[in-house]
Amino acid sequence: MKRILAAALASGALFGVGLALSGMTDARRILGFLDITGDFDPTLAFVLGGAVATTLLLFRPVLRRGRPLFADGFRLPESSRIDARLLTGAALFGIGWGLAGYCPGPALAGLGAGSGEALWFVPAMVAGIVLQRMLARR
Amino acid sequence: MTTTWLLALAGGVLIGLAATLLLWLNGRVAGVSGILGGVLFPVRGEVAWRIAFLAGLVMAGGAAIALLPGIATPRTGFPPVLLIAAGLLVGFGASMGNGCTSGHGVCGLGRLSKRSLAAVLTFMATAVVTTWLVRHVWGWA
Repeated sequence: MKRILAAALASGALFGVGLALSGMTDARRILGFLDITGDFDPTLAFVLGGAVATTLLLFRPVLRRGRPLFADGFRLPESSRIDARLLTGAALFGIGWGLAGYCPGPALAGLGAGSGEALWFVPAMVAGIVLQRMLARR
Repeated sequence: MTTTWLLALAGGVLIGLAATLLLWLNGRVAGVSGILGGVLFPVRGEVAWRIAFLAGLVMAGGAAIALLPGIATPRTGFPPVLLIAAGLLVGFGASMGNGCTSGHGVCGLGRLSKRSLAAVLTFMATAVVTTWLVRHVWGWA
């Protein structure tokens, strides 16, 4: 149990440092990437490229081992369905992302730095998750 | 400019390594919205590691922002009403679509998931249109 928590803490910490180092904690960079007709800023493409190249290279050998080092098994999303729920959710997520330039990771890292914008965004994001789960339960 | 791109690439690799670490050691997917959702709606035995991950993200991310002025410094002065609307949409949408930029983007694409690719293309498209409307049509921000 202890090593599982240490691994999760280390992964979250590395994730947070990566977000800050890549400048993704500054929402101006995100909106600069999304604003393809304006003053385009390609930084996000380098971040996503570096991240996905790494997971593409390393996930396969990790999954081929059959089981993770500290836990009984891999817990991966089972659904492969591309349905209205997935696409509607992704579309709404994109509208929110394009509106202010925050996705969940950078917003949480910003919260750790005491960013005033994160103090508005994160509670609203939590409310959005809670609202969706409650509606889906009915 | 070149330095910014190199740092972006290096930061991206760190994010990819973070996701690989969580999968390799704990067998879990590093999707930030999903990890947060699992804290808000807890399932037995699946809560503590999520809190540890989020604590690492908030604390190390916050510290790194403080140590990297000019690179990572968050924006200030964006209209609060837009931040609240955006937060609601991001939370609702990520929960409904089972993932955000990290879950579908970094991890899903790394697993060659067609479902994640569909999600990424969809949210990229609506985000581009939204930013265009907000900046160039409505002039809100």
